Amino acid sequence: MSPLLEIEDLAVSFAPRRTLADAIARRGPERLRAVDGVSLSVEPGTALALVGESGSGKTTTAMAALGLVRPDAGAVRFDGQDLSGLTHSQRKRLRGRAQMIYQDPYGSLDPRFRVSQSVAEPLEVHRPGLSRAERDAAVVTALEDAGLAPASDFLHRFPHELSGGQRQRVAIAAALVLGPELLVADEPASMLDVSVQAGILALLDELKAKGLAILLITHDLSVAAHHADRVAIMYLGAIVEEGPTATVIRAPRHPYTRALIDAVPRPRAAGEAAARRLVAGEPADAARLPSGCRFHPRCPIAIDRCRVESPLLRAPAGDAGRCVACHRADDAPASGRAAA
Amino acid sequence: MTEPVLSVRDLKVRFALPGRPPLRAVRGVSFDLRPGERLGLVGESGCGKSTLAMAILGLLPPTAEVSGEVRVEGRELLALDERARDTVRWTKVAMVFQGAMSSLNPVVRVEDQIVEVLSVHRVARGRAARERAGELLEQVGIPARRGRRYPHEFSGGMRQRAAIAMALACSPRVLLADEPTTALDVLAQAQILELLERLSEQLGLAVVLVSHDLGVIAQSCHRAAVMYAGEIMECSDADAVFARPRHPYARMLVRATPTLDDGEPIAAIPGAPPRLDARLDGCPFTPRCPHAFEPCRDERPSLAARGGEGAVACHLYRSAPAVAAPQRETA
Repeated sequence: MSPLLEIEDLAVSFAPRRTLADAIARRGPERLRAVDGVSLSVEPGTALALVGESGSGKTTTAMAALGLVRPDAGAVRFDGQDLSGLTHSQRKRLRGRAQMIYQDPYGSLDPRFRVSQSVAEPLEVHRPGLSRAERDAAVVTALEDAGLAPASDFLHRFPHELSGGQRQRVAIAAALVLGPELLVADEPASMLDVSVQAGILALLDELKAKGLAILLITHDLSVAAHHADRVAIMYLGAIVEEGPTATVIRAPRHPYTRALIDAVPRPRAAGEAAARRLVAGEPADAARLPSGCRFHPRCPIAIDRCRVESPLLRAPAGDAGRCVACHRADDAPASGRAAA
Repeated sequence: MTEPVLSVRDLKVRFALPGRPPLRAVRGVSFDLRPGERLGLVGESGCGKSTLAMAILGLLPPTAEVSGEVRVEGRELLALDERARDTVRWTKVAMVFQGAMSSLNPVVRVEDQIVEVLSVHRVARGRAARERAGELLEQVGIPARRGRRYPHEFSGGMRQRAAIAMALACSPRVLLADEPTTALDVLAQAQILELLERLSEQLGLAVVLVSHDLGVIAQSCHRAAVMYAGEIMECSDADAVFARPRHPYARMLVRATPTLDDGEPIAAIPGAPPRLDARLDGCPFTPRCPHAFEPCRDERPSLAARGGEGAVACHLYRSAPAVAAPQRETA
């Protein structure tokens, strides 16, 4: 199946404010490279999880996928169409086909709008020709697809009358009402209690089964483990490992992936404490990326080459299903989480 | 066995509201904590876990009515007046919060904030205080010279370390940590949890770790208490709660928590917790419980040791061999 969303060599940078020191030195501010050479694709009916810590560029990548930030370089193609060449009206049409849901349903719903208004608003913008009855029917369908059934119980309520999970479902209904083919979900459950989280994530699974392509952004590898077919691990703006979720989690090949897996809190087996290898330190400043591999200052297995030469994302020997950006990926595979 | 350093008996917290039924945030909680022991309080938002921690430290607003007993090294805290309690705070019991920015002053250098705590509590002053501040920072993994920086120059993980250093300034016996890693990335979280474990082992510090994340508790605590609607539903070895939860709520909570093993599908818990102003006679989980039967609605199950493995507050376990041994909480 051909991918619905294809991102190729995407680079996005932001200019921080020029400081006094910059002004004295008569230079522009150091640009912050949020995303640096990211390629990925999502097929209909599948979910790709972008996993990384804050500042790794996962949200910026998602925004670029929807054409919400302008890339410095690279291409974003939706259903084969390059976003950069689109006219304003083509872009608007595309928005109906690719929708986003955010982490904070308190922030994405207008507190003065009833549920029916929040869900109908995208229709008013994108399908002004619809009759009132058609619009109402679409709103009811979207709410019920989002798990709020019967919709009549919810139509006239305000966001503050709903629980956190219901509010997130309303936000999802507003994203579904245009019948999108791609759903970008940015930490859709991380503000919710764990008892409610599972329901929201199961809803994404259902939508995927109906053929939607899902780009799931999460910092939580265990969420990715359950809900994504493929996973891309990002570090400081670049993908360091990408592949089928189960394979990547069971046998990570990049030392950063391994560190993330080791850091997931869980009950430990007896005597495991000493075996856990925590990566020390903190990610570098995105305005001053390290030379060579950007993970080398924290990497437990870095060699001289890592300090000077940036590794390419490529399939390691004998492992065609995934890509790893590590000079040592072909050495003995980084063993899974339980082994030391 | 050593004497408990913190012991909480039948702690209740009510918020009186004018003209409305009071909110009962904590409905009778008891536990003991020994030096060097780490107890995890786990539960969803609104279950009373943070209120419980605040009540132990006497940090709740005046509208809160707190009853029961909180003893630290045998000394009853709830009866103390505000001034006497102030000396207990920091010197006996200290607290760190989620998002360390709330405990750090943004316009004062980190080292100076620790020095201030040390001198206010007459632990040390002048040069000695400065040296001690440096030691405390080193102890939490911050090079002493970085103490000259301001909190905003620190990353989230370093700020939380600094807040921990400050909490340890007066060598407390008990540290209450309320969601200390919730705002952090997973790698920083792992570092902070490891730090808390190391400190509790090195200093014999008793730790109450409040978290909504069962994994966090299971990893870093000896015991876990699962809270629901202001009560402890199950209290047992942390590993046992995670691997063999017994209370139906604990079981459903474990099943709702995603883990790295993708085998077992995760399942939401249908329904919602009771309102805090509801009068509850029986078990608060009854309306959502798939196993509820006759006595659950009217009779509140007591938290008691059943079948030898920790304590559980559930009528289902009533028929288990009646163990005469004292509850593990109070043993």
